Amino acid sequence: MAYSDKVIDHAENPRNVGTLDKDDPNVGTGLVGAPACGDVMRLQIKVNDSGVIEDARFKTFGCGSAIASSSLATEWIKGKSLDEAEAIKNEDIVNELNLPPVKIHCSVLAEDAIKSAIADFRAKQAARRESVAAQKTGAPSKDAPANAE
Amino acid sequence: MAIKLPIFMDYHSTTPVDPRVLEEMLPYFTEKFGNAASRSHSFGWTAEEAVDYARERIAKLIGAQTEKEIIFTSGATESNNLALKGVAEYYKEKGDHIITTVTEHKAVLDTCKRLEKDGFRVTYLAVGKDGRVDPEEVRKAITDKTILVSIMLANNEIGTVQPLEEIGRITRAHGVLFHTDAVQGVGKVEFDVQKMNVDLASLTAHKMYGPKGVGALYVRRSPALHVAAAGDTWESVAKAYKARAGKLLEANGAAAGAKLEPGAVLKVPVPRLRLVAQMDGGGHELGMRSGTLNVPGIVGFGKAAEIMRTEGKADSARILALRNRLHEKLAAAIDEIYVNGSLEHRLPGNLNVSFNFVEGEAMMMAIKDVAVSSGSACTSSSLEPSYVLRALGVGDELAHSSIRFGLGRFNTEEEVDYVADLVIRKVKHLREMSPLYEMYKEGVDLKSVQWTAH
Repeated sequence: MAYSDKVIDHAENPRNVGTLDKDDPNVGTGLVGAPACGDVMRLQIKVNDSGVIEDARFKTFGCGSAIASSSLATEWIKGKSLDEAEAIKNEDIVNELNLPPVKIHCSVLAEDAIKSAIADFRAKQAARRESVAAQKTGAPSKDAPANAE
Repeated sequence: MAIKLPIFMDYHSTTPVDPRVLEEMLPYFTEKFGNAASRSHSFGWTAEEAVDYARERIAKLIGAQTEKEIIFTSGATESNNLALKGVAEYYKEKGDHIITTVTEHKAVLDTCKRLEKDGFRVTYLAVGKDGRVDPEEVRKAITDKTILVSIMLANNEIGTVQPLEEIGRITRAHGVLFHTDAVQGVGKVEFDVQKMNVDLASLTAHKMYGPKGVGALYVRRSPALHVAAAGDTWESVAKAYKARAGKLLEANGAAAGAKLEPGAVLKVPVPRLRLVAQMDGGGHELGMRSGTLNVPGIVGFGKAAEIMRTEGKADSARILALRNRLHEKLAAAIDEIYVNGSLEHRLPGNLNVSFNFVEGEAMMMAIKDVAVSSGSACTSSSLEPSYVLRALGVGDELAHSSIRFGLGRFNTEEEVDYVADLVIRKVKHLREMSPLYEMYKEGVDLKSVQWTAH
């Protein structure tokens, strides 16, 4: 199968490979896919106080198209608000990378990874707000993180 | 010495034509262009003579007793189709049962599927972790309705060599025909249709440095051979082969009651093997395969077989040393590397390994100047990982991580060193990018993670 130049570029020079601290309250982590299916993506976002994604990292076990899809996803979501990032569709990735039909699932996985990272971040924030509120009312909270304000 | 890129390490898929083969072929495209079926002029006679010479050379390579046992086809897929369908159609009154294995090439498996649709029953024998079929399983699967056993000489993905000699003894004793897809192994590992009691064997030129588009089916016409063991008597041999004692004596010109010396080679009369042609037309190839012969291709096939017969052993020893060198280098530098299939019973040029936590297609892309192949789903249109690796019990994740190196006649030590270094670097690079490797290093049990299958 011939790859598009953009897939080759991303696979050979992947952007934003790496790991963010998953315990950081400002970091959301999405882990999607399964080893038995041949692809696993982990995408992480770091969100600042104004709700903008200021950093994104990924690691991917998968084919060149899967690596390219996740690399492109991290590039796209940096600097975007959570809502903007959430609006990215797998078709956008397919079009940008010229993925053939047999590789469309790679783009679906990348979209899932973005959504899963955002959901994780939001869940963390919600848990944090709850524990802060609980502390203010004086109710005991066993979930209160150590670094909560 | 400078390395010339790209490097070809996919000799199981095909091989380049040996220059000596090409040289012999060339005149048969131009001045000696006759149709081997033309009986009325010298152009035809010249072509026919060349074809028969090729038959002799191929017969010699596989231990066939006469060149008449070689039937030319367009390739091994056709040979497999002809052997299975041709036998099934001819012997359907006698029985409707065929035995094969789950790791056969698709040309055998899909032909069996077709025969099942036509009412035949097929037993697909499992293989062990090492990729080999247990001959006892073959014996157990044979019923009085079994007409054919088809088991390959060597596997195209993992290079596993099957115990054909043991299987052949069983099929001969039960009076069941024995076919083998010998494509990958001929000339590279021991193969002898007499010694192994093979009745039908599929061959192709392009896996042995001959041209593409020409293959052959060996169809037994000669008596089988039996090497007498200590304690064998004429009666016990006749009984074992279900051949009438009289015929056995007649075939060997021996007087009844004469003592049988251990090591004596006896001819065992076997019923004439018949099959129904699957290609109708001018009745070429003893009526078994019609169609004008590809004379230049056949001439090349003959020369390729001749080279295999005279140089195959030395070639294999050299290639095995290269394979071992590659394996040792990779295993010394990379953790979590697994060899798929038996290392002992294996084609000399085959190294099928899984680099855990690295997906096969990404690996191939990373070493794109080296031609190899992978059992990863991503390389197939079906998105299923290799059925051969699955049959060995290799987990899907390791099947996705498999790379098949196929070494051959024109690989050099410099190429092996270059490839080993490149692969080691790229595996490290891709593992730095792999969430699974990170989790493994952190001590996470990947099997305990709730994955979202998709």
